Amino acid sequence: MVECPVCGGTVNLGADTVQGELIACGECGSELEVTGVNPFTIAEAPKEEEDWGE
Amino acid sequence: MSVKIGFLHSLIRPEEKLLLHEFHSRDGVELLMVDDRKLLYNLGKDRFPFDIVLERCINHSRALHALRLFESAGIQCINSSKVASICGDKILTSISLQDHKIPQPEVRVAFTEESALQAIEEMGYPVVLKPAVGSWGRLLSKVNDRDAAETVLEHKVTLGTYHHSIFYIQKYIEKKGRDIRSFVIGDDCIAAIYRFSEHWITNTARGGVAKNCPLTDELKTISVRAARAVGGGIVAVDLFETDDGLLVNEVNYTMEFRNSIGPTGVNIPQRIVDYVLRAAKGQVRG
Repeated sequence: MVECPVCGGTVNLGADTVQGELIACGECGSELEVTGVNPFTIAEAPKEEEDWGE
Repeated sequence: MSVKIGFLHSLIRPEEKLLLHEFHSRDGVELLMVDDRKLLYNLGKDRFPFDIVLERCINHSRALHALRLFESAGIQCINSSKVASICGDKILTSISLQDHKIPQPEVRVAFTEESALQAIEEMGYPVVLKPAVGSWGRLLSKVNDRDAAETVLEHKVTLGTYHHSIFYIQKYIEKKGRDIRSFVIGDDCIAAIYRFSEHWITNTARGGVAKNCPLTDELKTISVRAARAVGGGIVAVDLFETDDGLLVNEVNYTMEFRNSIGPTGVNIPQRIVDYVLRAAKGQVRG
């Protein structure tokens, strides 16, 4: 469990979570990035850029 | 001896996670994660410890240049920088489709506000203005009349970067609520979905709903031809249905497939990993 950096809510991460994974806070819906897995750390995900996509 | 896969990525989206699971389930595979945000290249001196790179970046510009840099160091990449270059630019895609005589909507390209307006007037309304580089249906403009054309063009020139003054103008195709996305891996069209939406933009990233689309001979043939036209590999082809047959709208080179596995019943990440491993062993023709 880690704290959402946006709303302070609790974010649960599964054992198969990987570094760099994009997740959503279940409480505020913010997009978050898993920045570390041992221990778990999260940060706000980067903002969408003009050349993002497929 | 294990196959060493360089997994080029930035954020890990559901697609990347599915691919990672699939790679981890295979014997004889060593996966090396390559985060494009941490990459440093030393041109001419780089030696990379992998046999092949699978590109799964979220930024087109990073993907394109990283692929070319890896290739210059002698590493095979999927997709190649050539494919990324063509698919990442709608103008280059349309040129490749035209060169290979693959049906597509009428396209005109112009470089100034005035010539773009002239092109639109000659084509007739409605048309769709698209950024040459862009995805997820962002900044697409359906232009229904001259007033709208003048307004959109002025906004693009005034508010946009110079990229937005390269005008890609496509004749609007009435989609009747759906279009098609097909998935091509190598020489096989493995699956396709209909994308349903009440909005004229049907991207699933914009709320379009995916349902299975049966693979007809026409769909498979045009999809594989379009894939070959842009250089092959692993691509998703967007198509319109018309009374005169299918038209290719776009070809995507870092395809998203999270919403397509369920409806099609095709294990897309498994097929991608199969292809990458075959390519790493030299079993895929370029």
